[in-house]
Amino acid sequence: MELFMIFFGAIFFNNFVLNRFLGICPFLGVSKRIETSVGMGMAVAFVMTLASVMTWLLQGLLLNPLGLGYLQTIVFILVIAALVQFVEMFMQKVSPTLHKALGVYLPLITTNCAILGIAILNIDYKYNLVETIVHSLGAAIGFTLALVMLAGIREKLEINDVPDAFAGVPIALITAGILALAFSGFVL
Amino acid sequence: MSILQELKRGIFAENPTFRLMLGMCPTLAVTTLAVNGVGMGLATTAVLLGSNLVVSALKNVIPNQVRIPSFIVIIATFVTVVSLLLEAFAYSLYEALGIFLPLIVVNCIILGRAEAYASKHSLGKSALDALGIGLGFTLSLTVLGAIREFLGAGTVFGLQVLSESADMATIFSLPPGAFITLGLMMALINGLTARRGKRSVARRNPAVAKREG
Repeated sequence: MELFMIFFGAIFFNNFVLNRFLGICPFLGVSKRIETSVGMGMAVAFVMTLASVMTWLLQGLLLNPLGLGYLQTIVFILVIAALVQFVEMFMQKVSPTLHKALGVYLPLITTNCAILGIAILNIDYKYNLVETIVHSLGAAIGFTLALVMLAGIREKLEINDVPDAFAGVPIALITAGILALAFSGFVL
Repeated sequence: MSILQELKRGIFAENPTFRLMLGMCPTLAVTTLAVNGVGMGLATTAVLLGSNLVVSALKNVIPNQVRIPSFIVIIATFVTVVSLLLEAFAYSLYEALGIFLPLIVVNCIILGRAEAYASKHSLGKSALDALGIGLGFTLSLTVLGAIREFLGAGTVFGLQVLSESADMATIFSLPPGAFITLGLMMALINGLTARRGKRSVARRNPAVAKREG
């Protein structure tokens, strides 16, 4: 039950993009076409889960026992950057097709605040390892859901007549606002 | 370029929020109150100033191949310093900014300035660049925060502007309001810039403007 709540909470009530404002840059940047947003979502899901597990283990096994909690930010960002590099190399060797599909998005992920965000949130909430994995999966699905929904709307917006001043990011932001309104319906 | 011009560039021509559209996550997340906007802006400016100075000072020492990881470590160090300072001396702000304080590390403004500016320019110029961009970011966040606070709660910087019994649009304090307010502000600035551009064309060459307009 607890896990169930964490999972669906991360997708709907606390949607990473629309409610927590994490990962806005890819949300606005990669949401022009549905195809690319699915690719981005998959890449984020992969790295997010892996990064959460790694950082959780590091925090529990290294930082906490040594009393180095204040190094959290530095250690986490380095681990994530290294992890993304490593995943890219590994993918290239093992599955070139997967690399072709997700490769372009991987470098973008290092500076995606959703990844560092979830790593820190997992520690803040004092989740255990299973809860951490479930939480990151839910967050990644929520991220993908929001991204794909916005991409679907933006594809339609493109063939419509938007006032010049609103073209591009402003109308995307307002669309996102209305999406967020719909998502906040889950809370009320 | 004079000092004033350098500062103005960061605030207007290269405003990180409205022009470059960088650092969107904290912009949307912490601007529920004007005070938080100021706090986030100043914390980011402090980190930016520190990282620009160190990157500029070390620009001939850091090997080109590992410059991005080096920049990230420098930035993360300053973020840790700033967040420890805030925790010690401004705890309520530390609480309000929450997770977005450590997330200054992944704010693309800072890495962007280190890579595009500080690693190529002198110490003084890098410091000015950091102050200009930082002030531009602070200003945008403060304005956004003030508008949202006013519409959502009827206060600005905690001061009661409308009577307490007034019915306020709470939605502007909630996440959807952040997206909508920022979208409308961006559209307003786009519209004003487009109009001003047209007018300056008209001043320089009335015939062209008439044909286009």
